Formats: sequence, structure tokens, C-alpha cells
Amino acid sequence: MLPELGHFALILALLLAALQAFFGIAGPALQRDRWMAAVTPAVAGQFVMIATSVGCLISSFVSNEFSVKYIAENSNSALPLFYRVTAMWGAHEGSLLLWIFLLSCWTVAVSIGAARLPPRFSARVLGVLGLVSFGFLLFTLATSNPFLRIDPPPADGADLNPILQDPALAIHPPILYTGYVGFAVAFAFACAAMLEGRMDQVWARWTRPWTTAAWAFLTVGISLGSWWAYYELGWGGFWFWDPVENASFMPWLVGTALIHSLAVTDKRGLFKSWTLLLAILAFSLSLLGTFLVRSGVLVSVHSFAADPRRGIFILAFLIVMIGGALGLYAWRAPRLRSQAGFELGSRESFLLFNNILLVIAAATVFAGTLAPLIADSLHLGTLSVGEPYFDPTFMVSTLPLLALVSLGIRASWKRGRLSDSARVLLTTLVIALMAGVILVFAIYSHGKVLSVVGGTLGAWIILSSLVDPVQRLRRGLSLSRSVLGMTVAHVGLGLFVISLTTVESFTVERDVALAPGQRATVGTYEFRFDGVRPIEGPNYNGVEGTVLVMQHGEPVTRLYPQKRQYWVQRSGTTEAAIEMHNGSNVFIALGDELGAGKWSVRFQIRPLVNFVWLGAFIMALGGALAGTDRRYRAAALPATQPAVATAPGEAAG
Amino acid sequence: MGRGLLIWLTMAVLLSTRVVLAVDTTQLANPALQTRYLALTHELRCMQCQNQTIADSPVGLASDMRREVREMLLAGKSDDDVRNFMVARYGEFILFRPRFSARTAWLWLAPGVLLLIGLLVAVRVVRQRSALVGQDNEPVEEDSPPT
Amino acid sequence: MNRFLLPLGAFALLVIVLAVGIKHSPEKGIIPSPLIGKAAPSFHLPVLNDSARTLSTSDLKGRWYVFNVWGTWCVSCREEHSFLLQIQKSGLIPVIGLDWKDDDDQAREWLAQLGNPYEVVAVDRDGRTAIDWGVYGAPETFLVNPQGIVVYKYVGPLTPDAWETEFLPRLPAHRAAKS
Repeated sequence: MLPELGHFALILALLLAALQAFFGIAGPALQRDRWMAAVTPAVAGQFVMIATSVGCLISSFVSNEFSVKYIAENSNSALPLFYRVTAMWGAHEGSLLLWIFLLSCWTVAVSIGAARLPPRFSARVLGVLGLVSFGFLLFTLATSNPFLRIDPPPADGADLNPILQDPALAIHPPILYTGYVGFAVAFAFACAAMLEGRMDQVWARWTRPWTTAAWAFLTVGISLGSWWAYYELGWGGFWFWDPVENASFMPWLVGTALIHSLAVTDKRGLFKSWTLLLAILAFSLSLLGTFLVRSGVLVSVHSFAADPRRGIFILAFLIVMIGGALGLYAWRAPRLRSQAGFELGSRESFLLFNNILLVIAAATVFAGTLAPLIADSLHLGTLSVGEPYFDPTFMVSTLPLLALVSLGIRASWKRGRLSDSARVLLTTLVIALMAGVILVFAIYSHGKVLSVVGGTLGAWIILSSLVDPVQRLRRGLSLSRSVLGMTVAHVGLGLFVISLTTVESFTVERDVALAPGQRATVGTYEFRFDGVRPIEGPNYNGVEGTVLVMQHGEPVTRLYPQKRQYWVQRSGTTEAAIEMHNGSNVFIALGDELGAGKWSVRFQIRPLVNFVWLGAFIMALGGALAGTDRRYRAAALPATQPAVATAPGEAAG
Repeated sequence: MGRGLLIWLTMAVLLSTRVVLAVDTTQLANPALQTRYLALTHELRCMQCQNQTIADSPVGLASDMRREVREMLLAGKSDDDVRNFMVARYGEFILFRPRFSARTAWLWLAPGVLLLIGLLVAVRVVRQRSALVGQDNEPVEEDSPPT
Repeated sequence: MNRFLLPLGAFALLVIVLAVGIKHSPEKGIIPSPLIGKAAPSFHLPVLNDSARTLSTSDLKGRWYVFNVWGTWCVSCREEHSFLLQIQKSGLIPVIGLDWKDDDDQAREWLAQLGNPYEVVAVDRDGRTAIDWGVYGAPETFLVNPQGIVVYKYVGPLTPDAWETEFLPRLPAHRAAKS
């Protein structure tokens, strides 16, 4: 009963999405007030329907309704309750429903916030969001329906993939998708501006908080995924340049460029058509990522079960949405010229460089990710691209970027006056350089040139970000949230860079075969393997090893790596034991049993690795702070902008 | 291509989503060889679990290939000899780092070329905008008053 | 030309690439063999049912043959087994087996139980020969001509459909007509 209800609710949602899209776009175009008024109810109705659908699916999971094919494929009666709930988004069909649900949440949020926006504009925004929702709902109902029944129903399900039976699954996809989907809002704002034929600083001010929020979510989502890979996949790696990872990283890079570009457009009315393009690009990359992951065109550890039929559908959807938006862009952008100026050393300059370098970085990842596909299409044979390609090429654009961050933070708008900052910049650079050198040679006593460079860049960013705010606070002045947020975000970035440098330069790793009682020395630690004992869990059994960790002869801690075998799917997971000690992560994972109680064990010491994710979280925190600045929450925003902010020759309506 | 192939592919996909760790406890006596061994095994793709390196992949094929690498290094072959050996049998796809050739030049040169283009764009825009500064007397609202 | 049309143009190119990608996607995960058109890798291996005998590539020169890589541990190999028996029955072309990383006793039992489509089975215990042939997942089937050149490689369980569309057309006409 419930699955049918969920299915029906989804169909209703599809109809409501169609209405939302139609009224939202046609209403303003034909100046029909009644149509525009129908948009908000459609948004609310769609949310209710989709929430109902999600609720039905989840409760069917909880009640072990194995006559539903999706549930039979992804759940099991022995699966703990927590995972029966999170299994809802454990595979393709359900994760699409999650996508749609989160899009609906964003839409509702926008419709509430849109109360302050001009009605025609907000109707258009919601209309575009309705169009996106319509496309995804249609795709789900036509090719990926989670509510299909299976006859005869199996006695029990095939269980959730063991690597997904982890608390991280509860939060990583929802947060990641929230970010991913959130760029649809910026996209909708851009399309609405293009449909209106008007785009200016006020538009930028409206768009900024939504974009920053989506960006913050995406930052956290990607970091969670990386952290999860680190402790769950058992190899101690946390970024593999896997196509699916890249699919979320590309929107992030462009999204970062976008939030910076929006700052310039907001402040000075510059880079208008560029910001528009970035807003389209960010969401387009989200959509493209969805395509890559679900269509089977790329080989990946991560990808959902592939189906060319789905690929064709999504491609058609891409053509409509992205092609349509880019068409609008070609039509409207030429008229968006501004006459504002700025000097070489100004903040605008640095944000221009920031944008260029971030886009190059995104293009690099794009090229590498699609290279196998491109080579295949052009009959250039099979090309293979992995870490050895991305690591060096990514740095071509990001090293200059990181170097410029410290300078850009201290540049003023329009005139720059960098020479005023020269002394501060030089001082902070020298301190940072000293820190970098000390880090490499004093603490770790060895390293490459890149280690010093990385450490210096990270430290410089942190110092440069803190100079002004600290000075202001010492004078008893207050900091606006946006400045605080910006500072926090850049400090997070600096931390990220420093920890990434130490991880890449100073990780020590050894794979050793040990019998119980034997020891191994890795880095400054000594490990004594004390054998394994059998363990059992709610739906698995396995072994748990005990390892005594010592440093300088003194016991430091005991770690318990596990290897589990899940009954239903008969596949195993390696649960690495990880503990932070003196800033480094000690990582131990069991390999294979070699007979006679001997085991192969992986030991890994990763210095400061937790700051990689912590740095990213701090960046997101900064974004959240900046995005909730008072000026975005002003009670009433002007519907028309003062003449001086628009450029001569720009259409007024 | 048929159902059989689909099943086979599904198996390949399922196998490739197994998350079992391969721990390679090889320790070559010569540290220089050991470094080269580790580097090479992290550069070669496991053809069965196609997104893992032969260093990390738990399947039998990977350990067989690791053995080949080991034996070749002990026999005094160069890194390129090892790569050529694998490519001759499995094609360029087995290398995670695409070798620089006429076919892959576009990929390797892309970042540098883009950087160059970016530089030109930056120069042009900055030039254009600096010229406009004189005529533009609009006051700029600071994020916070200057300290 | 309106330079603002460039993004749209670039997108159009991307769509073409993706569309071609979809068209080729059923073949994803299947790597084209670099051995096609080259000499069959030489090997010198013991034979399964006869401990005194060995088989080498040179023994097989002078005639067309099908080289099938299999193992008792391989679930998909069972699927193609009955079809391999059919090929053997037709007498069209000999099927030579490579027992890859398997247990000899289990292999013998398997063939006894399910039938033996192979003229002879070479045993590759350490996997070296399989690597030489670029094998990455059983079952794989090669077609080799009398000059010892690898003409075609098929990955996955052999189906009648694949046999007709890929193997038979590559055999010289008078042989194919015999089938």
C-alpha cells in the first residue's frame, strides 16, 4: 500500500512541477498575475508530495517490504534499523529521490526568501527550479522508479553494500547533494536575470547568500566523502581523482570562482556576464556529474549500475537545461557592459586572477576525467588517466592561485594601493617562509622543495588573512560577519594547504607480514602485533586484531583493526583502526591471513591529516558566516536599483 | 552483446566494488629497487578491478603482475622495460600516467596552454579596466572602514 | 561572430562526445587487445590430462584454433561451457583450453562432469602465460590463424551470437561453410 502511495505522490509531484515551471516562466512573460500567484502553492504542494514519497519509501524499508524491487536489492531483515533508513539513498533510484527531495527543500527556502524579491523575478526563479525538478521527476518515474514491485517477492533482501553500512552514509550523500543541488538556485537566479533582460549589483546581492550556502554544503559534503574513503576503504588514501570524486570537485572549483565573482559584481557591477556564465557553469557541472555517475560512460569504483537508456535521458535533459541557459546567455550577455575601472593591484584584479586560475583548475580536472571518453570518441584508442596525471597538472594552476591569495586579501577595491601593504606582506612572507623551512627541516628533517613551498604558502595565507582583523579587534572595532567569514574561510584554506603538504611529504607507510608477538618499526613508532580473535556483529562476523603501539619504547595506545565478512552479500570490509597521536594519524589495517596466525598488516603514519578535513570544514564555516551577513538579511531590498549602478545603454526592463 | 556479457560485466563491477585491502608485504633487499617497485606498482592499473593499482588490488591477477614486476626489476630491467612489457600485453590503458605521445599531447599540454591563455586574458582585462579608472569617480563602499 | 556563442558551441561538442560515449558504453570495461594482428604469445606448458606431455604455441601452428581461457573457480565459464561443447561437436575448429590458476584435480573433475570441449588443455599454474596473452578476467577466447597470428579476442562467456557475428566471418569462407 505504502509504495503505491509513494509512487502516486511522485506522479502528483511531477504534475505540480510542470505547473510550477509553466506558471513561473509563462506568467511573467505574459504578465499574468494570477499565474504568478499560483507558483508558490505549486512549490508547497510539490514539497508535500515529494516528502510523502520519501516517507513512504523509508517506512517501506523499515518494515522490510521486500516485494519492492529496490528494497529487495538494497536491504535485509538483519540490517540494523539505522542502515535500513539510510539504505533509502544507497543506490541509484533512491539517491535520485533524495536529490529531488533536497531540490524541493531548496525551492521552498527560496520561495520563503523570495518574499522580499520583485514578484516577476521570483516567479521566474521558481519557474526554472520547477523545470529542473520536472526533469528529474520525469527521469525517475520513467527510468528509475524506486517503487516498482517484484513478483514473486523474495523471502529476504540482498542487503546493503557493506561499505555503505557506516554512519558516514547517513550524512555524506545528503550533505553532498544539498551542495550539488544548491547550485541550481544560482542557476535559477541567472536564468531569471536573463529572462528579465536585467542583471546588476542588486541581483548579485540577492544571489550571493544562496550560492555561498550551497558552496559551504558542497565543501562539507566532499570532505566527508574524502574522510569516509580514508577510514573505510582500508588503504589510507583519501583522494583518488576517481571520476565520481571529480564530478563533485569540478562544481566546487567553479562554485568557488562564482562566489568570488559575485563579490565583484555585487561591489562594483563588474564581471556581470562572466558571473552569469559561472552560475550556469556550476550547475551544469553538477548535472554533468549526475550524468557521468549514472550513465555508464565512465569506469569508476563509485558509479551506480550503468544503463545506457538512462544516459540518453539525462543527456537530453542536459541539452534542454544547459543548452537553453547558454542560448539565453548568448542572447542577453552582450548587452551587459559596465564602465567601471580598476587598477592592476586592486582586489578586482586579484579576484580576476582567482577566477581564471580556478577555471583552469576545473578545466584540468575536466580534461583528465573526460579524456578516456574523448579519446574513445575520436578513436584515439583507450586512454587512461589517474593520480599520476592529476597531481602534477592540478598544481600548475593551484600553486599560483595559492600564492596570490595572500596578496589579494590585502588589496583594496578599485585602486589597490598594494604598496601600502608591501611591508606587511613582506613581513608575513618571511615569517611564513621560516615556518615552512622549520616545518620541513627541523620537525621532519627531510623534504622536497615542494614541501617548503606548500608549507610557506599555507602559512602565508593564514598570516595574511589575520593581520587586518586582528588589528581591528585590538582597536576595539567590530568585524562584520562577512569579513569574519572571509577570514575564517581563508584561514581554513591555509590549514588545509599546510596539512596537505605534510601529508604528501611526510607520510610513512609500510606493509609487513607479522606473526603474533612480532614487531615492526614504522617511522618513529613501533608496533607489536598481538594476534587476532573472532568477532561477531548484527549482520557480519570477522576477526579483530590487537596491535600495541609504542613510541620511544613507551606504550602509547592499543589499536583494534577489523576485517568483517557480511553474511548476505558475502563480501567483506576492512575496518582500519585509526587514532590521532601528536597530530599524526596512526593507521593500521589488516591485510590477509598468511597462515599459521601470520597476517599481512598495513601501517601508515600520516602527519596532520585530520587538518585536511578540519581545514575544509573551517572553510565551510567561513562561508556560512559570510553568507549570513546582515546586509543579506535586510528587511526590504530595493526593487529598482539607483541609476549609477547600471551601465549606460543597459535595458531598463 | 547479450545477457551473458551483462552478467559478466556486473560481476566485474561487483568485484571492483569490493573493498578488500591488498597488503603487499614485498620487501626487496635493495632499497633502490624497493622504491622503484613501489613506484611502478602504484602506476600500473589492475585490469580486473580497473580503478585500483596493482599495489592495492587484492585479486590474483594483481599479485601475479606484481610478481612479474618484481622479477623484472631483480633481473635488472629498467622502469621503461617494465612499462613496455605491460603495455605490450594490455595496451596503454594499463598505465595510470598516460605516456606523452602525439595522442596524449593535448592532455598533458592543456594546463600549460590554458595558463597562457589565462595570462593573455588577464593582461587584456586589466589593461582595459585600468584605462577606465580615471573616468570612474564612483565611491566604493568598503567592507569595513580602513584601519 | 558573437563571442558569447562560444560556450554554447563548446557545449555542443561535449554533447557529441557524450553521445558517442553512450553508444560505446556497453563495451566499457572491455579493453581492446593489443595482441590483435600480432603473433600469439609463445608458451610451453604441461597438459592437464597427460603429465608426460607438454604443449607449446609452435605445436599449434598450421591450423586455425580457438584458445579459451577458463578456470573451475570462474562462474561465467560455466555459462559458455555448453556452447563450447557445441563448437567441438561441429568439428569446425579445435578448441584449445588454458586452465588458468586452477587446481588440476578440480579441473579434471569439472571436465569429467560437464564434458570436455577441448582438444587439449594447457595448465597455467602461475598465471604467467595468461599475462602474456593479456588476460584480465576469465573467460576470454582468442581466435588464432594458421600463421600463429591472433585474429580476434572475445571477453566474457562466449555466446552463439558472438560466435556468428565475430568469429565465423573471420574464418576463411570454405571453413565457415562447413558449419
